[in-house]
Amino acid sequence: MHDTTAHAAHHAPPTSFIRKHVFSLDHKVIGKQYFALALLAAFVGMFLSWLMRIHLAWNNAPIPGLQFLSPTGAPGGVMTPEYYLQLMTMHGTIMVFFVLTTAPFAAFGNFFLPIQVGAEDMPFPRFNMMSFWVTFVAFVVLMSSFFVGDGPTLGGWTQYAPLNAVGSVGGPGQGTGVVLWAVSIGLFCVGQLLGSLNFITTTLDLRVKGMSLMRLPLSAWAWFITSCMGLTAFAVLMPACILVILDHVAGTSFFVASNLVMNDQVLPHSGGSTLLWQHLFWFFGHPEVYIAIVPGIGIVSHILVTSMRRPMLSARVLIYSMGALAVLSYMVYGHHMFVSGMNPFSSLAFSFPTLVITIPATIVVLVWTFSLYGSKLRINSASLFALGFVSMFVSGGVSGFFLAQPSIDIMLHATYFVVGHFHLVMAVAAMFGIFAGTYFWFPKMTGRMMNETLGKLHFWMSFVGAYCVFMPFHYLGIAGNVRRYASFVDDYLQPLLPVHRFITVAALITGAAQVIFIVNLIHSRFWGKPAPDNPWEATSLEWSTTSPPPFDNFGGKHPIVYHDPYQYGVQSSVGDYVMQASPEQVVTEHDEK
Amino acid sequence: MAKFFAITIVIIAILSAIPILRHTWVAPEDISTHGYLIDEQMSETMAEAGLAFLAAQFILALFIWQFSNRSPDAKIKKFPGGAKGLVIAAFLVVGVEVLALGVFGVKAWANVYLNAPSADAMPIQVQAGQFAFYFRYPGPDKMFGGIHPEMINEGTQNIFGLDPEHDVAARDDVVTASMAIPVNKEVHLLMHAKDVGHSFFVRELRVQQDFVPGLDVSLHFTATKVGKYEIVCTQLCGLGHYNMKAYLEVMSQPDFDNWLKQQSGQ
Repeated sequence: MHDTTAHAAHHAPPTSFIRKHVFSLDHKVIGKQYFALALLAAFVGMFLSWLMRIHLAWNNAPIPGLQFLSPTGAPGGVMTPEYYLQLMTMHGTIMVFFVLTTAPFAAFGNFFLPIQVGAEDMPFPRFNMMSFWVTFVAFVVLMSSFFVGDGPTLGGWTQYAPLNAVGSVGGPGQGTGVVLWAVSIGLFCVGQLLGSLNFITTTLDLRVKGMSLMRLPLSAWAWFITSCMGLTAFAVLMPACILVILDHVAGTSFFVASNLVMNDQVLPHSGGSTLLWQHLFWFFGHPEVYIAIVPGIGIVSHILVTSMRRPMLSARVLIYSMGALAVLSYMVYGHHMFVSGMNPFSSLAFSFPTLVITIPATIVVLVWTFSLYGSKLRINSASLFALGFVSMFVSGGVSGFFLAQPSIDIMLHATYFVVGHFHLVMAVAAMFGIFAGTYFWFPKMTGRMMNETLGKLHFWMSFVGAYCVFMPFHYLGIAGNVRRYASFVDDYLQPLLPVHRFITVAALITGAAQVIFIVNLIHSRFWGKPAPDNPWEATSLEWSTTSPPPFDNFGGKHPIVYHDPYQYGVQSSVGDYVMQASPEQVVTEHDEK
Repeated sequence: MAKFFAITIVIIAILSAIPILRHTWVAPEDISTHGYLIDEQMSETMAEAGLAFLAAQFILALFIWQFSNRSPDAKIKKFPGGAKGLVIAAFLVVGVEVLALGVFGVKAWANVYLNAPSADAMPIQVQAGQFAFYFRYPGPDKMFGGIHPEMINEGTQNIFGLDPEHDVAARDDVVTASMAIPVNKEVHLLMHAKDVGHSFFVRELRVQQDFVPGLDVSLHFTATKVGKYEIVCTQLCGLGHYNMKAYLEVMSQPDFDNWLKQQSGQ
């Protein structure tokens, strides 16, 4: 623990518009910028998924206006198979990187981690600003591939080799499209690495007096653990992207084997390894899943405990479980490669840690659920989404039992079962974490309350809708419906079309419900009820300062921390809680060891 | 609101389980000698995962129902046993469960991947390329001719890049666009990719295996039922991925012999 005064990054409040709102060094502005970028990306990604879903359900039906978006990709508004794959690749890439990594980690983490530890800012504000703007450029580069050459890459967000390295002979978008993809993701990695360094240093060095590691809120722990994962995972993906770029522009053959033939011509590559890419990608890719979900686990824990008005049964157990998830996430990546042609003994070696990872995940769910027992749960938009997260996390998690086993994976690999699994546990659950965080922290971020009625309406449509969209994916997968197909021409897939139509209708409605969120966000930002400093009667440091916090977070003061983060269910002068920064001595509950 | 939420969770959980319990959408009938092990493993996992799913959702719903919006003077209670009990329970129940699944699953996996094919298994070579599978039978000499990538030419239908002029073994090789195998005879599939990654998936046979460009991958299985099945590609290979398929015909031995004779006569 350190004295903040010695280490806090001091910089004067900016006065010009550009320094205040565009190239700002303030972690709160940067957090909001990340949030806005994630929101924009989420809507682009969702729009792409609508187009894909409509095409899958009604294959030859023209989508009005699509021909203007891409005259060659959708002549007459009817999507070509290659355009479908291009949209699919962009959907996956945008959602995984620019939404699920950006919003819960970079956006909320940037805004709240320094405040939750009691710091004035991050230790390296210029790195912080750079991390956002590099990420922004990465997004622009990725989007630019829609307008360059023959469009974005069609290789999926996993960009398997050697399709990612053979060049335009591999199909539309496999030349310039792949290079732009790799440049974009390489830049994204730089942004995340800079961000992770800042997060780690903030947590370790900028805690105020009294803020021991075990007094950090669970959200701060989650961001800290995530940044440790990010530092190692993105450090592997970035060089992998560089190698792909070299295969395209420098004539190297990292990922292309010898003697491959396309268009009756032997490719001018030799000696590369197809599986090398998969190893590099999934060594990043599996921790990435946890990079997307662990901040959600932290955010949801933080919100649940506030809504339950009692401490978690054990915050310590939750922290250890998140840590276990992080460590194990590096030992399980091979479960994406059971039938990839890697040594079949490796499959067994990767299967066991994958099965074991269900233990910390189960503990997290059990601690959440059984902490509800005997609590005084307050229901509002934030807690509804947090509880929805728990339900989704369970539903998406149990399908992991299947995919962790190589023998069952023979039947389920590359089917919609996998799509259902990762969408529920990683995409929908993480989105619910983002929504919960937004409803919870919006008052602190903007100084205004969000509309609860609209929030609840948004929740109901999203909760029921998400189940209608993603549960049937599992049934399709069990029946052997292969993913990444632009249309279903196989005989056995025809009877499954009605399920696809149901999913499409549900996706359109659920997607439309997100407009309610945007309306609420914009309306509340300008016309919402002014927020008090501590609207949820919460305890952590972000609620000890004004809404929104001043430039230096605590108005020139350095808070001193006297208590564990979640002292609820006590009797104090303010109610059933005592804030971390309150010197008031009450009979408090200590965490179970 | 809270009670309604609890009921919604229960309804969703039950509705989600119904198609599974009623077997509305299932894998097709298994036609392989090893498939029953995979199916058994699948059923056991479904039972355990299904129970965990229903239990977790029901308990969540129950606690939301019971403990929301309580009166201000209601007392906070603590779950008996606390976190320690939960951690022990998780380790014992889930630990034993996953260990059991893992250990029993090895047998099913071993049957496909760890055990070598028998010596008299029938070799068939399959080449995957954008966007078709081609199959090669070694012919009466029981030897495959060598592959010369530079000689691959779809125009002249030299799909595998054979050189029958100089290579005696290649002369009687039979190349086909669909696959036929005799029933109850073990097949040793020798897989290679011509260009990018592909995969070989036959649901009824309970096999799925990627083609790895640059590597020769092998797979073995025995089909137990005569019929016509679809072979589909499950590894994204380009714009025609969705349309990359071939048929597998499982025949009686005499029918297969006739079929092979016809193919070689072409």
